[in-house]
Amino acid sequence: MKEEITRILTANNPHAPQNIVRYNFKERAYKATSVVDQMAVHFVWEGSLLHEDSDEARRLRATSVEDGGDVDEAGGEERPDSVASKTTKKVTNQFNFSERASQTLNNPSRERNSQTEPPPRSRFSATANQWDIYDAYLEELQKQEKNKEKQKATQVKKDNSKCKTKTMLLETPSDDITKVSKTSKVFERMVNQNTFDDIAQDFKYFEDASDEFRDQEGTLLLLWKFQFDKAKRLAVTALCWNNKYQDMFAVGMGSYDFSKQGRGMLVFYSLKNSTFPEYIYPTTSGVLCLDIHEQHSFLVAVGFYDGCVAVYNLKEEGEEPVYKSTAKTGKHTDPVWQVRWQTDDMDNNHNFYSVSSDGRVVSWTLVKNELIFTDIIRLSMNSAASEGPGAAQLPSIACGTSFDFHKQIDYLFLVGTEEGKIHKCSKTYSSQFLETYDAHSMAVDAVKWNPFHPKVFISCSSDWTVKIWDHTINTPMFTFDLNGAVGDVAWSPYSSTVFAAVTTVGSVHVFDLNINKYEAICQQPVVAKKKTKLTHIMFNPIYPIIIVGDDRGYVTSLKLSPNLRKKPKLKKGQEMPKGPEAEIAKMEKLLSFLREPEQSQDTV
Amino acid sequence: MAGTGEGKKEEADYKRLHSFPLIRHTDMPEEMRVETMELCVTACEKFATNNESAAKMIKESMDKKFGSSWHVVIGEGFGFEVTHEVKNLLYMFFGGSLAVCVWKCS
Repeated sequence: MKEEITRILTANNPHAPQNIVRYNFKERAYKATSVVDQMAVHFVWEGSLLHEDSDEARRLRATSVEDGGDVDEAGGEERPDSVASKTTKKVTNQFNFSERASQTLNNPSRERNSQTEPPPRSRFSATANQWDIYDAYLEELQKQEKNKEKQKATQVKKDNSKCKTKTMLLETPSDDITKVSKTSKVFERMVNQNTFDDIAQDFKYFEDASDEFRDQEGTLLLLWKFQFDKAKRLAVTALCWNNKYQDMFAVGMGSYDFSKQGRGMLVFYSLKNSTFPEYIYPTTSGVLCLDIHEQHSFLVAVGFYDGCVAVYNLKEEGEEPVYKSTAKTGKHTDPVWQVRWQTDDMDNNHNFYSVSSDGRVVSWTLVKNELIFTDIIRLSMNSAASEGPGAAQLPSIACGTSFDFHKQIDYLFLVGTEEGKIHKCSKTYSSQFLETYDAHSMAVDAVKWNPFHPKVFISCSSDWTVKIWDHTINTPMFTFDLNGAVGDVAWSPYSSTVFAAVTTVGSVHVFDLNINKYEAICQQPVVAKKKTKLTHIMFNPIYPIIIVGDDRGYVTSLKLSPNLRKKPKLKKGQEMPKGPEAEIAKMEKLLSFLREPEQSQDTV
Repeated sequence: MAGTGEGKKEEADYKRLHSFPLIRHTDMPEEMRVETMELCVTACEKFATNNESAAKMIKESMDKKFGSSWHVVIGEGFGFEVTHEVKNLLYMFFGGSLAVCVWKCS
């Protein structure tokens, strides 16, 4: 199986005989032929195609024509055509098919040429050599120098204009400040809060622990001091807390010195910023009194030394009052000593009262943009009732210096005069007094109804005394001598029996009648210099602090120690009932004590 | 001595003063002109001694930036008359002694 059988293909025919012997007749012998025909023919096919021009084809054609017979011998040219047609016909018939040919129309071709416009060109020629270059540079340098000179000239001009703009900026710095006024205000308060942190802590939390060891007396703790540089020479002539924003108060600045009258000022401070006022209104005449409206705390009524009254609106910008009385509209002819807002009238117009040395008590009504005045009463020295009918003397005028309106009885009010009398008046009687108290021997500086008890009022005078009255009784219930002219007195807002007074010798006296009926439970000088006179005092309506104004323009805030605002305790563990009724009862109890012995004294 | 010293000083002054590029003629738009000028300055400063290299650099950069075909001639003295595409020619002096002509013509 593994045997390899090699086969070699050769051109020789293997089947061809190698030894073919033929008889040669010429030589009469058999001879082997060396040439063997190697070719083997396997398949032969005779073609049926003939060349057209060959003889055989011609012969064939001739025979076929003879076969047709009827074809006339017209021309040699037509002969092949007719033959062809005959043969095709035969084909179609034979296979039964149709042939159809068509040719589409050839689109005519066209030539089209276009040429873009070449980018625009231009020619430029120049010759560069050293002297040309040098000249060009020189020329350029000269030009530059000229330009520099020009620029210098213009720069000088610009500098001038800059200077101008700078001065302009300097002239209007206020505009810039107003833009940041709010932030700067906040910042100012923050700084103040930091610097006066201890005072703020005292204001909120400090209670004098030593009060426990003192039996009755209390102390006043100095808090902030308010002072404004522009009002340094002026005296504090009026104080008023803002009823809505209890950290804010108004200070009227002027002078009580008859010979030193001049400008005045109205400033508003907040406890949050003791260093600078919130609002400042300079006035031409000294301010003597002011009052902030209870509901509309932006309205401030002010009375001036020159007899004018004015109303400032804190919401309005500018330093001018929104209303001001003039000689034409019934201004006072003498200093206005007190103003007081009243409840709105029937037409809902704001209105306030004023009292002046010219003896008039005037009601002012704010109508649109003017002040309308109504004389409520004319104070005369001698009331008609006391004077005999035949007296031919001139009715001399009594000078009002203070007044106060009754808390509950709308028409009732008191007027203190320079002569030391206090008149109980009614808004409805313009010429008569309901009552006249022979109160003091000198001018009545302040008269105030008790905030709780409807019958009680207090008065103070330059004759060194403070007196407490029952308005139904002609004589004072209490009289206190304070060893100095009393500038102002104020009831406390938290107790019916507590009041405070300031004297011109510079001390504050705080009384609590419930604790001591004869002496002050606190008497404390609060001024730095001995000559300084205290002029006004005011209790804060909420916080246990008072503000005191002096004649050097300082306003001092003081905190009342616990003893000064102590709630009375009847027995151990049993507190007095709270509320206004309790306060009234407390006062009433005191008064009833007094009435008995007084009446007995009278009888004696 | 003094005269030659002054002469040297003047020469130095002149070199210093005339070092800035000074455009003699151009019709390029502003942006292109500034760019081309800066390119010429950089090339001439880079190849201060070989004007051919400077020209080559300018040409190649210009071809890249603004398309072919740019031609640049740099030399101290030559005359020329060229056909250029409008808004594509800058002829400037630089460094006190060199003239540079850059133009495009494709």
